[in-house]
Amino acid sequence: MNTKQKKRSRIIERIIERSLLACGLLSILTTIGIISVLLFETIAFFEEVSVFDFLTDTVWAPLSVNKRFGVLPLLSGTVLTSLIAMFMAVPLGILTAIFLSEYAPDGLRRVLKPILEILAGVPTIVYGYFALLFVTPLLQRLIPSIEGFNALSPGIVMGIMILPLVSSLSEDAMFAVPRSLRDAAYALGSSRLQVAWRVVVPAAFSGITASFVIAVSRAIGETMLVSIAAGQKANLTFNPLVAIETMTTYIVQVSLGDTPTGTLEYRTIFAVGMVLFLLTFVLNIFGDQMRQRFRERYE
Amino acid sequence: MISKTQLKTILNRQKWNDRIFRVVAAIGVLIALITLGALLIDALIDGVPRLGWKFLTSFPSRKPAEAGIFSALVGSVYLIILTALIGVPIGVGAAIYLEEYTNQSSRISRIIEVNVANLAGVPSIIYGLLGLGLFVRAMGLDRSLLAGALTLALLVLPIIIISAREAIRSVPSTIREAAYALGASRWQTISDHVLPMAFPGILTGVILAVSRAIGETAPLITIGALTYIAFLPTDVGDPFTALPIQIFNWVSRPQKGFHINAAAGIVVLLAVTLLLNALAIFLRNRYQKQYS
Repeated sequence: MNTKQKKRSRIIERIIERSLLACGLLSILTTIGIISVLLFETIAFFEEVSVFDFLTDTVWAPLSVNKRFGVLPLLSGTVLTSLIAMFMAVPLGILTAIFLSEYAPDGLRRVLKPILEILAGVPTIVYGYFALLFVTPLLQRLIPSIEGFNALSPGIVMGIMILPLVSSLSEDAMFAVPRSLRDAAYALGSSRLQVAWRVVVPAAFSGITASFVIAVSRAIGETMLVSIAAGQKANLTFNPLVAIETMTTYIVQVSLGDTPTGTLEYRTIFAVGMVLFLLTFVLNIFGDQMRQRFRERYE
Repeated sequence: MISKTQLKTILNRQKWNDRIFRVVAAIGVLIALITLGALLIDALIDGVPRLGWKFLTSFPSRKPAEAGIFSALVGSVYLIILTALIGVPIGVGAAIYLEEYTNQSSRISRIIEVNVANLAGVPSIIYGLLGLGLFVRAMGLDRSLLAGALTLALLVLPIIIISAREAIRSVPSTIREAAYALGASRWQTISDHVLPMAFPGILTGVILAVSRAIGETAPLITIGALTYIAFLPTDVGDPFTALPIQIFNWVSRPQKGFHINAAAGIVVLLAVTLLLNALAIFLRNRYQKQYS
């Protein structure tokens, strides 16, 4: 190879490296993009509505004549559906994880794990259909007073939806508990149940907690399920039998109409999006840290 | 000291507790599986009778019996192709940079890594707001196919980066050293040896990303994708609809006929996403065995 060729190939290598770096930096630009778009419109929103009203007013009525901008009813709707989902997903998820990691024979485990994974890939719109047209009619037969749109039905279905997330992350954490801890407990005469609850679960505790935190974050950001089945009525209540509205549903509700740029109505969805982003961001960071902790200890 | 009989009762009780718990745990797993099974069967029972060639090739209509998913299906296919064309090169490029060009503990690599992990947890509707503010309004792309594809590409980028990194990392370093020893440059080593070996793993990630993008509804609604479109997009600047949006539209209507249409649309959507997911899991398991 002569010097000229060498020089050319060195330049090509440089160009390739630079373009690959640009690809990596694009992911950072995405984050910056999200934050700046949200900030830009949120700041404009707060020029017209005071932060204090936004956080403390108990009525959310941005589309009516008497406009009120209290985010609490939307927040309560989000918290309510997420809570119901966690009531379902935490016990079932832990049981599934313990069953898979401590009880299930190898063959069954190999079948169950991919099934749970595949089901985690079901689009959320499908769960929405299921909540509105299968679970709600079922609930109406059991509880006649329940409304056609309610928090209970999407909450339950959301619990089933995030269950694979809880069980697979918890199972990973339990799997990382060293064999020697289990063997020591068995040698002392523990039953399988005792090993599971008194050794494996406490040892995997931070990983299990991380799975809950990440599941909560997923539940808070869930959109289609609640848009379809929970209703569009901003309602400061913790009654699971009546229609409510979550933060995500509100964004969908406004997006379905044709909202002109620059109006206060257009900006509300960014302000609500900002609250949603901050909530999930804090939860994700917290969850990731918990997960790192169990990895550091045992790997 | 406890007596022999006491010990026996304790052990006996433990054994029973253990058995009872095993049954309880199995019931827990069953509840989950049965619910998920009910979901699938419910959609199948409602939707399959409605399926047919006419349903796949008709435009939406005000009469439920005449409506079909043609424009939604074509819109989804275009959208996914565009999303993959934009997202895959960028995602794989970022993964190559992180694995092959930087030190794992370098500052830039750590920042990108934390950033990607955070992006993976951002709710999809927030990406919709980004798309609305940036692509639709600021860049003036309007509610076009391109705006939708750009939004979805950013959404699936973390999935592609994370899985491509794993695939590249699993290529043994001896391969690289052998290539360097023969005088290959860095890029030659990567493009001729590392990438071909990492290909199945990267493909798995791409399939998972595509299957995620097909089912996404919220970000497309947020950027303003239309719910009623009776023509096919011919250009990346045209307005579009997609399968999950069409399903959402039908579910939201009160008439039973539209609910049946929604179920039939769901059967199509599920068939595509579940097949893709199963394919990805199959590929991954096969490929894991090969190297370890």
